Amino acid sequence: MKYKLTLAGALSAALLTAGPALAQEASPEVPANSVYIFNTLLFLIGGFLVMWMAAGFAMLEAGLVRTKNVAMQCTKNVALFSIAALMFYLVGYNLMYPGDDGWIVADVIGAIGAKSIDEVGGNDLATGYSSASDFFFQLMFCATTASIVSGTLAERIKLWPFLVFTVLLTGIIYPIEASWQWGGGWLSDMGFSDFAGSTLVHSAGGWAALAGALILGPRMGKYKDGRINPIPGSNLPLATLGTFILWLGWFGFNGGSQLAMGSLGDVTDVSRIFVNTNVAAAAGAVAALVLTQLLYGKVDLTMVLNGALAGLVSITAEPLMPSQFMAIVIGGIGGVIVVLAVPMLDKFKIDDVVGAIPVHLIAGIWGTIAVVLTNPGTSLGAQLTGIVAIGIFVFVVSGVVWGILKMTMGIRVSQEEEMLGLDSAELGMEAYPEFGKGSQFV
Amino acid sequence: MSPLRVIRTVTRKLGRQMKLVIAVIKPFKLEEVREALTAIGVQGLMVSEVKGYGRQSGHTEIYRGAEYVVNFVPKIKIEIVAPDDQVDRLVETIASTARTGKIGDGKIFVVNVEAAVRVRTDERNEDAL
Repeated sequence: MKYKLTLAGALSAALLTAGPALAQEASPEVPANSVYIFNTLLFLIGGFLVMWMAAGFAMLEAGLVRTKNVAMQCTKNVALFSIAALMFYLVGYNLMYPGDDGWIVADVIGAIGAKSIDEVGGNDLATGYSSASDFFFQLMFCATTASIVSGTLAERIKLWPFLVFTVLLTGIIYPIEASWQWGGGWLSDMGFSDFAGSTLVHSAGGWAALAGALILGPRMGKYKDGRINPIPGSNLPLATLGTFILWLGWFGFNGGSQLAMGSLGDVTDVSRIFVNTNVAAAAGAVAALVLTQLLYGKVDLTMVLNGALAGLVSITAEPLMPSQFMAIVIGGIGGVIVVLAVPMLDKFKIDDVVGAIPVHLIAGIWGTIAVVLTNPGTSLGAQLTGIVAIGIFVFVVSGVVWGILKMTMGIRVSQEEEMLGLDSAELGMEAYPEFGKGSQFV
Repeated sequence: MSPLRVIRTVTRKLGRQMKLVIAVIKPFKLEEVREALTAIGVQGLMVSEVKGYGRQSGHTEIYRGAEYVVNFVPKIKIEIVAPDDQVDRLVETIASTARTGKIGDGKIFVVNVEAAVRVRTDERNEDAL
């Protein structure tokens, strides 16, 4: 997407300086200044909307863990977002966007170095947007990837090893795999298409989470004597609020990924993307609503929340091309996937506290494959190549990192600490000090 | 005789025993029971939230596709210390007000009370109630 934008920006600038003859034939063009301003504006607005998704993840996770672990979950979310901001500046951005000439290994590994942004009052009109706005926007996607991992591993992971993993995920793993597509690397060269990151962000986060969950192990008491024991979340209103916040932020996530708003076509595309994004979430929620009612005789709110998010993840690979009807189909299937995948993970004794693996990894794979249904310029082969390549890379590298952390620092708290709760054990505070330990059996 | 037996014998002979009435009822019945008790002259009581089960054992629920058994049902426990001669009326009032006829209505127990003190004035026994 990025290199196309530079071309468009340069083209508009060229058209405007071409002289009156050209201008008479074309309809009134947006002046280059306005193109720059609108593009930058899209990045800034999209950027802070995706930043708001960090709050969404924090509240969703805080609501789905037990009271004794809520403060820790919040700590992890604030910390990982901040680490992402630092690492993406120090290392990540240039690794992900080395430009045409900056690759250390062409199309595979980008450049090393901290990111520099525009001068005060500067404007590089030719690029079509301020580099700071582009950095700001892309940073949020890096942070989102890290957020996904914290949900799955909740309630039994030690804080600092998790943060060490986050440093590597945000500084190296995510930037490298994302460079293969958005940085103009080998995946984009061979026709892989991932508009806003179903694979690059969501599946990648899911793979890292899966690797962690396998190495970390399930929570105490979750799988006992062949039974699957539910561990209900402590605050469903928070979880619901978190989901709505994510839903809102996703308009920036998908809408901003148009990467341009300085033309009639672009801004119309952004509006299409908003509509499709929204209806896919709705379809995912309704699918989960109906399916849980049919399967269990009662609707499960946490599944409906997951369903909406799965719908969002599913449409993320191609939110522009589908009709609203197709967006409903794509999002709805995402919702169905989640309702089926959550119990399936439990059968394999993979303990995913918030359902991040079904929502982000599995729905992300579906969304990436679904691109071929609505985007004629794509092929199933290319999509599968991207899915598999990024999957193997992220899963294996994450697995190695988790393994090393487990052998050196240890990644899991002791049994006693897990019983006591991470808030007391690692933070020395309680999220709800006046409510006591409540009705927990585990 | 031990001092305790002296007290018991004396108070029994005087017919001035106090009793602790412990009533476990369904939570939504609390307001109704409280009003009924006020109507018969009860001036103070203690309420706590408890969980338990009797023959109304738990039921199963499903959370994210996994079944679990809810063994403990929330109840309200009311405790009132009253003079012996008022206890029967108390028990009858609570039972008839809290009764729904459905399983899980609760239980009432009556226990002897050795002594009572009003902290503010140091009044003892019946004067403390």
